Amino acid sequence: MIDFLIYALLAGLGVAAVAGPLGCFVVWRRMAYFGDTLAHSALLGVALGVLLNIDLGIAVTAVCLLMALGLVALEQQGVLALDTLLGILSHSALAAGLVVISLLSDIRVDLMSLLFGDLLSVTIADLWVIYAGASVAIVLLATLWKSLISITVEPELAAVEGINVTRVRTALMLITALVIAIAMKIVGVLLITALLIIPAAAARRICATPESMAIIASLGAMASVISGLAASWYIDTPAGPSIVISAALLFCLSLGFKQKG
Amino acid sequence: MNNRLVRLKSVSKTFADKPILQNISMTINQGEITTIIGPNGAGKSSLIRIILGLISPDEGTIETSTNLTVGYMPQKVNIDHTLPISTCRFLQLANTSHEECHKALELVGIPEIKDTPFHKLSGGEMQRALLARSILRKPNLLVLDEPVQGVDFSGQNELYGLIGKLRSSLNCGIVMVSHDLHLVMSATDHVICLNHHICCQGKPEQVTQDPAYVDIFGETALYNHQHNHQHSLKGEVLDSEGVHRHGEGCQHD
Repeated sequence: MIDFLIYALLAGLGVAAVAGPLGCFVVWRRMAYFGDTLAHSALLGVALGVLLNIDLGIAVTAVCLLMALGLVALEQQGVLALDTLLGILSHSALAAGLVVISLLSDIRVDLMSLLFGDLLSVTIADLWVIYAGASVAIVLLATLWKSLISITVEPELAAVEGINVTRVRTALMLITALVIAIAMKIVGVLLITALLIIPAAAARRICATPESMAIIASLGAMASVISGLAASWYIDTPAGPSIVISAALLFCLSLGFKQKG
Repeated sequence: MNNRLVRLKSVSKTFADKPILQNISMTINQGEITTIIGPNGAGKSSLIRIILGLISPDEGTIETSTNLTVGYMPQKVNIDHTLPISTCRFLQLANTSHEECHKALELVGIPEIKDTPFHKLSGGEMQRALLARSILRKPNLLVLDEPVQGVDFSGQNELYGLIGKLRSSLNCGIVMVSHDLHLVMSATDHVICLNHHICCQGKPEQVTQDPAYVDIFGETALYNHQHNHQHSLKGEVLDSEGVHRHGEGCQHD
């Protein structure tokens, strides 16, 4: 009986650890809408996975990564403003996902768990996937950290100083896609971006360096996972939304601090 | 002294069917200050980006010397205020040590702001901090895109003085973009007057008398340029009084 709770906790903590630093970049680079777009396309991944009868995790990850690459390419064309582009892709992907799922009449897909997460049904296999994905993301973020900060501060200056801006930016998009794919199980399609940006936004109030902000954001996300799960256990609320509410409460608390830096 | 750093040969660039740069040939030498002037939208920033290698030209070639190290000072850096970063840390992004950052800040006259969050710097401090970052990698070419933007008049004079000093202490070539000629006069060796193509070029005194220069700054550019070049012709260095008179003239016009 206690097993599923431990799995849920470990899964949540794994995702929260990487959500901290990644969420900081989402906030610094104003990529919140980008995160939403990827999350919405994750639903399309699920639908295609069911349709083609392949592993859902692989299908979701593949669709998210492809979507990220497509966005990088479209962004470089510069035909439309980025938020317009994201709006088109995001809602088309969400709509396509919903339509495909509705067509699969013989298979029951639990839409609620996709939209809001199903943390309490995490299995050992899921845990492996989550920790493998989170490790890859954290190692990549740590390796590219300095370049990522540099292109976030001023891309042209970074380019003149010898950083391959396109490559680093693409890497960040792909890391985001990967994390969103593995986080879907935790908080669901609609709430993933919240897990990325709320702890980072809360951390900003009390941090004066990029590194401390990333670490505090991770700790904040982990605390949200723990208290969200506790709420879910004791007062029987849905786990994913409870985690997001915990994060939001943390953010409200952070407002009481004087802004640093 | 006459080491050639960068040479552009017949460079052209088109954006969205609009020719931005046409047939630009220019040479940048070590120890020389080249100033690019021209009205808004004349292609100054595009030319700078081509020199920096950030964009490539549609036609023409760029030759750079093998030992070229470029320091770049962009017009402006907009850091989202959600990114907490101190000025010293901002400088260290250029891959340098804490001490070197401190030295660079001292050189540009603002050692006291090293722990100030970057987004809280004033306009003048910001420009100086950007200048400090541009010299950190010991460049032999400095590229400065409107280095005195948003700085008041006395600050502008100081900054130009500082840039002149850097030229001799680093023994580097300098390319800078400017809207107005009169303040840079004393420091500049070579002026390129740009309006998609090179209208005229040469020593500052020559350029201000060139009909092409008068044409551009008489017709298309801002009211103050007409005042500017008259003032500039009076002497090499404008004293603070001259600057002040010009300011008033501007407002009345």
